[in-house]
Amino acid sequence: MLYLYNGALEVTAILKEWYEQEAGSNYGAYIPFVGTVRNEDGIEGLSFDIYEPILESWFKEWQERAKARGAVIKMAHSRGDVMLHESSYIAAVFSPKRRVALEFIDEFVEDFKASAPIWKYDLKGGKRIYALERSTAIKGSGILGEKS
Amino acid sequence: MVRVEFLGPIQKAPLELEITNLSELAIVLQKDSEMSEWLKNCAVAVNDTLVSSLYVDLKDGDRVSLLPPVCGG
Repeated sequence: MLYLYNGALEVTAILKEWYEQEAGSNYGAYIPFVGTVRNEDGIEGLSFDIYEPILESWFKEWQERAKARGAVIKMAHSRGDVMLHESSYIAAVFSPKRRVALEFIDEFVEDFKASAPIWKYDLKGGKRIYALERSTAIKGSGILGEKS
Repeated sequence: MVRVEFLGPIQKAPLELEITNLSELAIVLQKDSEMSEWLKNCAVAVNDTLVSSLYVDLKDGDRVSLLPPVCGG
């Protein structure tokens, strides 16, 4: 399941909700990853834009991969502003045994960083500044710059 | 008409163009100096499906999206 929220994530409520959703599903492992906005480089917080149609299709593919391994993937992300020490991102895998969940959460978060259509901005001095240096071009980028 | 949308941090209004493939779009956008840096690092989606080459035909009503480098989380 994919959950998008305006502003910061309510971490304890989300983790509890997901735990309760799968409490009777006979999974032996629940491995969450919680991303928190750190105080660095003088930022006041981060802000996010999301392109939901492609995020949804990207996530659906990962749901299928999880299912093929007997696991379930869940993800929550913020839209808009998230201030210092708040959370903007949670991903979690449930699986029958721990090894699948531990490996899957790593693969999922890496591909999330490289492929999910979400744009990050630093909130600094009242401005919203695109974090280009920390961003990754999606695989296959640059075709419109090719000379025909 | 094909609608061209610029996502995320690209501060550009959508375009409505009479084009029949992505190569024609590349020619149009390469003439736009404010787009030159973005063209090098943007991914392209047609009707919300990412594509990996310019050899894609477009028809009336199609929607092309430009996706600049991403950083979720």
